[in-house]
Amino acid sequence: MTFKEIKKILGNKTVGIAGCGGLGSNCAVALARVGVGRLIIADFDIIEESNLNRQYYFYDQIGKYKATTLKNNIRLINPYINVESHVQELNSENIPDLFNCCDVIVEAFDKAEMKLMIIETVYDEMPEMPLVTGLGMAGWGNSNILRCRKSDKLYICGDEINEVSEVLPPLAPRVGIVANMQANTVLEILLNKGERL
Amino acid sequence: MKIKLNNRDESFDSDNLTISELLKFKNFTFKMMIIKVNGNLVKKSQYSTTVVIDGDDVQVLHMISGG
Repeated sequence: MTFKEIKKILGNKTVGIAGCGGLGSNCAVALARVGVGRLIIADFDIIEESNLNRQYYFYDQIGKYKATTLKNNIRLINPYINVESHVQELNSENIPDLFNCCDVIVEAFDKAEMKLMIIETVYDEMPEMPLVTGLGMAGWGNSNILRCRKSDKLYICGDEINEVSEVLPPLAPRVGIVANMQANTVLEILLNKGERL
Repeated sequence: MKIKLNNRDESFDSDNLTISELLKFKNFTFKMMIIKVNGNLVKKSQYSTTVVIDGDDVQVLHMISGG
């Protein structure tokens, strides 16, 4: 496929991104660059200085809402993308309302309990919806153990081992790799129906 | 019984096991997990009542913080 043909397909697609931190902000930017027509992004949080080690924000954006700021940053990269931003804490009740119209949902939370919540919610309420989750990306090095695999409608990106801790922080390179693996998986789902995974 | 556990063949002496028994047996002590039996989600409240039998496909996914 040429990039023109790819853009024509992606231009009609909608991707939901649950969380606008390290995974969500970088994944959304990758999808906007390749031309996914509509992005629905949600996060309740504001940008802190400590987020800048991996999240797609700038120093003068500290203190602003992540969801609305990410929308602005995407507009600077690709103004043709329709970004719907929600400053909202996601839960099992609002996730189906917000993301029902999507072709794929990207799980981009940081906390394990939120990852569990969205996987259970999508299985219960939207059983046909592909969900791309990020599991295990703390620390540095070990690029080769980061991988993607498929389990029914659930796609898992990450090493599935390394949990964030005081001495194993989330850092731009590995979080960025997994965020882009998630974006790459979204393309696989949208362009060839996930056949190759 | 023989089951598939995370895509690997596993054999057990008993004919069936509850999810709770299976987790204990395999030493899966993670606090948060997604467990699927033949593609169907089994929630934490159902671990002690859901029974795994011969031929079942069990997936255990650990929830890991970070993002």
